Amino acid sequence: MSETNSKHRPIGQDEIRNSKSEIRNSLIVFDDVSKFYGEILGVNRVNLQIAPGITSLVGPNGAGKSTLMNLMTGLLRPTRGRITILGIPTDQPEQLFRYLGYCTQFDSFPRGLTGREFINSFLLVHGYEKKKAAELTTIALERVSLMEAADRKVAAYSKGMRQRIRLAQAIAHQPAVMILDEPLNGLDPMVRAETIALFRKLAADGLHLIISSHILHEVDMMSDRVILLNNGYVVAEGDVHGVRDEMQEHPMQILIRCDNPSKLAARVFDKDHVVEARLHDDRMGLFVRTRDADRFYLLLNEVVAEGEINIESIAPVDDDLSAVYQYLIGSEG
Amino acid sequence: MSSSTVNIAPQKTIEKQPLPWSLWWRQIRAIFRLEVEKNFLGRRSILLYLLALVPIVPLVLLAPFTPPGNEWRDFNQYNMIFAIFYGGLILRTVVFFGCAWIFMNLFRGDIIDRSLHFYFLSPVRRQVVVVGKYLAGLVTSVALFGATTIIAMLLVYLPHFYSESTRFFFDGPGLGQLLTYTSVTALACIGYGAFFLVVGLFFRNPIIPALVLYGWEWLNFLMPPLLKKISVIHYLHSLAPVPVSEGPFAVVAEPTPAWIAVPSLIIVTALVLIIASYRIRRMEIRYGSD
Repeated sequence: MSETNSKHRPIGQDEIRNSKSEIRNSLIVFDDVSKFYGEILGVNRVNLQIAPGITSLVGPNGAGKSTLMNLMTGLLRPTRGRITILGIPTDQPEQLFRYLGYCTQFDSFPRGLTGREFINSFLLVHGYEKKKAAELTTIALERVSLMEAADRKVAAYSKGMRQRIRLAQAIAHQPAVMILDEPLNGLDPMVRAETIALFRKLAADGLHLIISSHILHEVDMMSDRVILLNNGYVVAEGDVHGVRDEMQEHPMQILIRCDNPSKLAARVFDKDHVVEARLHDDRMGLFVRTRDADRFYLLLNEVVAEGEINIESIAPVDDDLSAVYQYLIGSEG
Repeated sequence: MSSSTVNIAPQKTIEKQPLPWSLWWRQIRAIFRLEVEKNFLGRRSILLYLLALVPIVPLVLLAPFTPPGNEWRDFNQYNMIFAIFYGGLILRTVVFFGCAWIFMNLFRGDIIDRSLHFYFLSPVRRQVVVVGKYLAGLVTSVALFGATTIIAMLLVYLPHFYSESTRFFFDGPGLGQLLTYTSVTALACIGYGAFFLVVGLFFRNPIIPALVLYGWEWLNFLMPPLLKKISVIHYLHSLAPVPVSEGPFAVVAEPTPAWIAVPSLIIVTALVLIIASYRIRRMEIRYGSD
């Protein structure tokens, strides 16, 4: 009887509260956050709940990306609102940076140190014992493929190597949240690919990665979700396709390669969700703009089933971050 | 944005725990080591070495010669000569500007180099950063200017009166005076150091408040006794082993006894460091644009 009771007893208010608090403690939470620099707006009324995975901050210069990152790391204090990282308020650096690593755009290398000494001294400042610090230093340097240059002075590093040593600094203490300001800047294509793979792996391990980048196709490739900022406001947030789907005022463009595009055009044009159907210049494809991509794909299924038109490929033309960026912010990233 | 329940959250972060003294001590040591290295080996240290050499160079150049005039042949006169030399050049100029350079750069230098976030992105209480940096500045300044004081004093006596000097230092009051002068130098570093550290935190251009303090300290001899006590130099003068007349226009004030002067300086220093800690706790870093 008591077993049945324990299995089926109603969930108490305390449990609901604990469960909510546990979820909140695994998120990065912005509660109505604003930051003003005197009269100048940094960011305004930001409300976000960021789950683990890769989240990219995208926006033009002055949009508020760095402000948002600096607020998350406590380097700036919000004028209004509250930010917590995994439940820790950002004004408690001694707690916060046990779980957070920040790769800034700026060097912070004490002069005369080698790469290894730099990471090691950073970990000693964290309070690690010498042996543990040395061990974590080696792991961090290996992860950013900098072991060969580890004992060279940081001052002699190339731009790409400096970027990697900053990345090593951010990951050295194995944080649960990483904030990375333009982390791919200056990296050659090979290291870029390795770094993106590292980010994907860290995200798969349940870490939060908040990345700011100007390179939209890379953001598109690696992000689980994006936060689009413009003039200090969050313009859109979510996964790219979700954001794109919600942009009703910009019908989705789809290119269908087939053997008879004219016939296909006639077939789809009378549908109310199809806004435009235009033949491709090579007359081997059809551009369609539709307000409801799902219904359009169902329609294409019917066309294929009828067997009158042979469809080779279907490709959304503007279902990516560049298009979303262009529609919402109005210029190329 | 979708939420997930991957539980990587720190557990019970708000729970009250005993103060982590051993962690703070390790962090202070790490900060101290980095800062001392920076103070002694950084590019800004060249000026410090030159400043520390300012009193030594003329004494080395004069060492082979005895200046003309009978007063230069009287060993006892050298007590007064060194007291004036120490008060005027070493304490008021070399130690003052040396401390200004070292302590103002502890934070202001990092702000200019855009490297303060090396500490601000670590799980370190910002007060711990203040203590680590201050101790590093103190050790640097005391080592440099303490050495300047000792070498200068030896150079004043030894080349001209070797045998008398040996007796003065080993059988007379010389060693005691040497220790007292060095201690006064150390106290000057403690007091001026705290002041300049806080100035470096509050002022974008700390040279102006440094010059204001310099003027205040130099004009101290003209001030009424109450105002004299609002200065560092008054307490340091009170501790000097050989009293020096401040001239015909000086307002005479009773020297503060050592048992008041030393604790007063240390208490004021502690208060100034608390202000610095409060300031740094609320400090923001804003680099570049978005």
